[in-house]
Amino acid sequence: MGIGIYGPGLADWSGARRVLSGTAPYVRADNAAPASSLLPAAERRRATPSTRIALTAAQQALTHARLDATDVPAVFGSSSGNPDIIHDICAMLAAGDYQISPTKFHNSVHNAASGYYSIAVASHRAVTSLCALDGTAPAALLETAVQAIAAQTPVLMVCYDLPYPFPLSEARPTIDAWALALVLAPAALEPAVAHLTLIDGAEPQAADTALTDIALESIRLGNPTARMLPLFAALAQPGLSEVVLRQGNGRPLQVMVAPC
Amino acid sequence: MRFDPVAISAHTATTAVGRGHSALLDALRTRCGGLKRYQACRDFASDINGPALDTWIGEVEGLRSITLPQQWSRYDCRNNRLAWLGLHQDEFVAKARAAVARYGAARVAVIIGTSTSGIAHAEGAYRARDSEGRLPESFSYSTTLNNFSAPALVAHAIGATGPTFAISTACSSSAKVFAAAARLMQADWIDAAIVGGVDSLCLTTLCGFSALELLSPLPCRPFDRARSGISIGEGAGFALLEARAQAPAYLLGAGESSDAHHMSTPHPDGLGARLAMSGALESAGLTADAVGYVNLHGTATRSNDPAERRAVAGVFGSTASSSTKGWFDHLLGAAGIVESIVALLALERGMLPGTLNTTDLDPDCPNNVLLDNEARDVDVVLSNSFGFGGSNCSVVFGRENRRPRTLS
Repeated sequence: MGIGIYGPGLADWSGARRVLSGTAPYVRADNAAPASSLLPAAERRRATPSTRIALTAAQQALTHARLDATDVPAVFGSSSGNPDIIHDICAMLAAGDYQISPTKFHNSVHNAASGYYSIAVASHRAVTSLCALDGTAPAALLETAVQAIAAQTPVLMVCYDLPYPFPLSEARPTIDAWALALVLAPAALEPAVAHLTLIDGAEPQAADTALTDIALESIRLGNPTARMLPLFAALAQPGLSEVVLRQGNGRPLQVMVAPC
Repeated sequence: MRFDPVAISAHTATTAVGRGHSALLDALRTRCGGLKRYQACRDFASDINGPALDTWIGEVEGLRSITLPQQWSRYDCRNNRLAWLGLHQDEFVAKARAAVARYGAARVAVIIGTSTSGIAHAEGAYRARDSEGRLPESFSYSTTLNNFSAPALVAHAIGATGPTFAISTACSSSAKVFAAAARLMQADWIDAAIVGGVDSLCLTTLCGFSALELLSPLPCRPFDRARSGISIGEGAGFALLEARAQAPAYLLGAGESSDAHHMSTPHPDGLGARLAMSGALESAGLTADAVGYVNLHGTATRSNDPAERRAVAGVFGSTASSSTKGWFDHLLGAAGIVESIVALLALERGMLPGTLNTTDLDPDCPNNVLLDNEARDVDVVLSNSFGFGGSNCSVVFGRENRRPRTLS
C-alpha cells in the first residue's frame, strides 16, 4: 500500500522508482538530512542517525499509503541497530570511562528506532525490532506479512542499516546508510500498489535476484537493508516478476510481485 | 488477533540459581536466590578492574569452562556459551531434534530474544585494540556481537532451517518470541518453533543502568515499600512449540503494545502494560477471571512497580501475582522466556512462587501480591514483560483441561 526509501541519491520513491525501473541512471549523491518531521525538535536531537533515517522512510510509506500511523502495527528490522552508539560505548568502557549517559544507553538498544517511532506517532500498537544479519530484510518482510494476515490490518515494515565507525567498520564493512519501508495489508484492502506472495518453495541453491545497475548491485551486497532493493526494483516495474531474497540462515525466500 | 492454542512440548531455563528445571524448582521451593554482591573484577570481564558499582548480580556459574564444539568455535563468547549451556539442559536438544525429524527442518523456526547479544565480547575486543586502534584479528562480528549469532548457533545445534531470527526489543524481547512463532504457525509457514532468550552480564548494561540510577545497592525487592531498584542477572531459556500436539501446557494468547510515552520510563498509569494484558486475554478468548496467577514484570524500580499496579488493577481484580526477579534478577532480554517458564512451572506443578526479598509490601502495589509460595492448582497463567522503548508483551498459558478450543 505504501513505499518509502532513503539512501544516497534515492531520497524518495518517486525518484527511486525511475532509477530502479532502469529509466534513469543511479547517481550516488549525498542526501539532505533526513526530512522526517515525525520527531519533535528535542527528540530529533536525541535520536540517533539510525532512528532518523528509519523514521524518514517510515513516514514516506505511511503518507504514500494514506494511513494514520496511530492505527498501524510496525515491524522494524536492522542488522546493525545503532552502530555509532555501540562503538561509542565500547570505546568509552575500554578507556575506563564508565559514565555512559542515560540518553546514550537508551539509544543503544536495538529497538531505539521503533521506540522513538511509537512515541513520535503516539501509537499504542505493537512494534517489534528484529535482526537476522544479512537476512534481516526478508525476516522483517515475512514477519510483516504474517502480522498483516493474522491481524487483518495494514502493517508497516521499516528496515535500516548504517555503517559502523572504525574499528568495527573493518570487522563488518557496510556501504552507506539505507532505509526502506513498505506498508503491507491483507489482499482485500485498497489502495494497493502491488500484490505480494511469499513462498517458501525455492530450491535451496536458487540464486538471489541481482540488480542490473553495477553500483546498486554492489550496494545490495554491501548493506543488509539494501538486500531488499530487488523487491523495490520489481515494484518499480510493470508486469509480474519473481524476486529471490536470501534469509539469514541461507534459505531463499521467494516473493511473487504482481503490480496492480 | 485470536490464535489457536500452541502446544508447549518442552522448556528449560538456566539462571544464577542453576542449570535446568531441577535447580530452578529447588530454588523456588527453598526460597533460595542466586544473587551475589558485584565485585569490580568479575568472571564476565576478568581482564580488567571494572567500575566500582554498589549492586548485586545474578551470575551463571561456570561459563568460563564451557567450550563450544570445534565447528562452532567462531561463536565463542559469553552470551553464546550461556545459550549453549542453557540449550543442553533437560534433554531439550534431543526433544527439539525430534521435532525437526518429525516435521522436516524447514518447518521448524528458531526465534530468540536477546538485548545484549555478544556485546561483552566486543567490549573485550575494544580493550584489546592494537596501537593503530584495530580490533584483534580473531574478533568475529557476525558470530558474536550481531544479535543473529545466538539464533544461528541454536539453529545449527538443533538442525532447524525454518525462519531464524532474533527479536531485540530490550526487556520484552523473549516474550515477543511466543507471539512471532504463533503467527508463523497460524500462517501455516511452520509446524514447530524453538523460541527462547539469552542475555549475559556485561559492562554496557551494568554501567547503563547505573547511569539511570536504577541499580539497587541491595538484592532487588519488587513491590517493597523500601525497594531501591533493579539487580541485573543473566540467563537462558528455551521452549519447543508445536502447532498440533498434546502437551502439559499450551500457549493460549499473547498481547503486544507500545507505551508511546518515554524511551526508558514506563507510562505512569501503565497504559501500554494494560493494553498488552488485555490483548493477550482477548487473543486467548478468555476473561480476566480465568487467570489464576500473574508473573509480574516487577523490576523493583520506583517507577515500574506502581505503573504495573495500575495496569494490573485495570485488568484483574485480586488475582494472585508475584515478581520472581528476587531469585535470579532482571534478565533483560532473557526475562520474558525465563519468567514464562516460571509461570509454566507454576501451572504444571501447582506451586505459585512468592516474591523473594520483599518483606514490607508497598500499598501502591497490585492487590494480591504473594510474598510466600502457595500450593495451588491454577488452569491459566499470564506473564508480563515490559522494556525500553515502551515495548510491552504479555503471554497467556493454560493447561490441557482448559483449552478453550479443541485441537484437531
